[in-house]
Amino acid sequence: MPEPSVTLRKIREQFGESIIETHSRLGEDTVIIQPQVLVPVSTFLKGDPDLDYNFLMDLTAVDYLDLKKKPRFEVVYHFFSLAKKHRVRIKVPAEAKNPEVDSIVSLWAGADWYEREVWDMFGIKFRGHPNLKRILMYEEFQGHPLRKDYPIQKRQPLIGPGAGS
Amino acid sequence: MAESLENRERACYDALGKEKGNPRMMSQGFLTSKLEKAIGWARKYSLFQYPFVTACCGMEYMATAASHYDIDRFGAGFPRFSPRQADVLFVVGTISHKMAPVLKMVYEQMCDPKWVVAFGVCTCTGGFYDNYATVQGIDTIIPVDIYIPGCPPRPETVLDGLMKLQDKIQHSRQEF
Ligand code: SF4
Repeated sequence: MPEPSVTLRKIREQFGESIIETHSRLGEDTVIIQPQVLVPVSTFLKGDPDLDYNFLMDLTAVDYLDLKKKPRFEVVYHFFSLAKKHRVRIKVPAEAKNPEVDSIVSLWAGADWYEREVWDMFGIKFRGHPNLKRILMYEEFQGHPLRKDYPIQKRQPLIGPGAGS
Repeated sequence: MAESLENRERACYDALGKEKGNPRMMSQGFLTSKLEKAIGWARKYSLFQYPFVTACCGMEYMATAASHYDIDRFGAGFPRFSPRQADVLFVVGTISHKMAPVLKMVYEQMCDPKWVVAFGVCTCTGGFYDNYATVQGIDTIIPVDIYIPGCPPRPETVLDGLMKLQDKIQHSRQEF
């Protein structure tokens, strides 16, 4: 088995008990962590000189309803270090009922719109987000369309002037 | 020589007049018609269109409008970018729920008489975008006169639709 990457090694050293699982495949590192350590882990990834993850590449979510995974949601973060040229994927589980995780906007300003998109599409809230409202859909939209239990044929009410008539 | 040409011209006009049940009428320099019919004729050949272009169908709209297919041959070659100056609203491309109020407002800004063409299946029925974001046919928002199917419709189909619209204009009651 090859040596674990510096990222996995350092995260394990630092946050041993709060890590649910780590794996590494084809050079891609994934760390699944407890929700309460999201902000400390992110701060560590960004601040540690050997890791230096200064770029949030993507932030999205997965609904595991059909796969019956518990808890139902996972929020997924992809970080990249422009200086070190390495990447890591962080996953944070979220409950089916009132899913909520901490916002990382204070660390990466770019997380702002991503978190709004995840709220819009999956209905996962971000604690501490400065402006958590829908970004792609409109305010009157009912439901969160990328949830697996959103009815595929559901019709939204028309909006705008004269929509009710 | 000049005189024989004139005679031939007159014979032509008389033949035309005979066909219309009114011999010699055209050679005398006038032509009778119904006012309503004349207005319909004028309206159908001077369509100012407002292209409301949102998606891929726009490419086919451009092809139809440009010189190769040349929509101007049908008297509809003059796109206006103010709805207040337009007669026919070409809705070209997918309409999302977020865009729907804008489309409705543009329609309401147009002066009467006005017509609406649904260009492409997206505007006719929502097309294959049977999903949470797309309006399932613009006729849920505004009245539609002509539906042009196709994803996207070929320029020939568009011209066919345009001729059907002209036919409809000619044969409808003219308000003036
Ligand atoms: S009908 Fe087809 S080509 Fe036209 S806008 Fe819809 S998807 Fe695009």
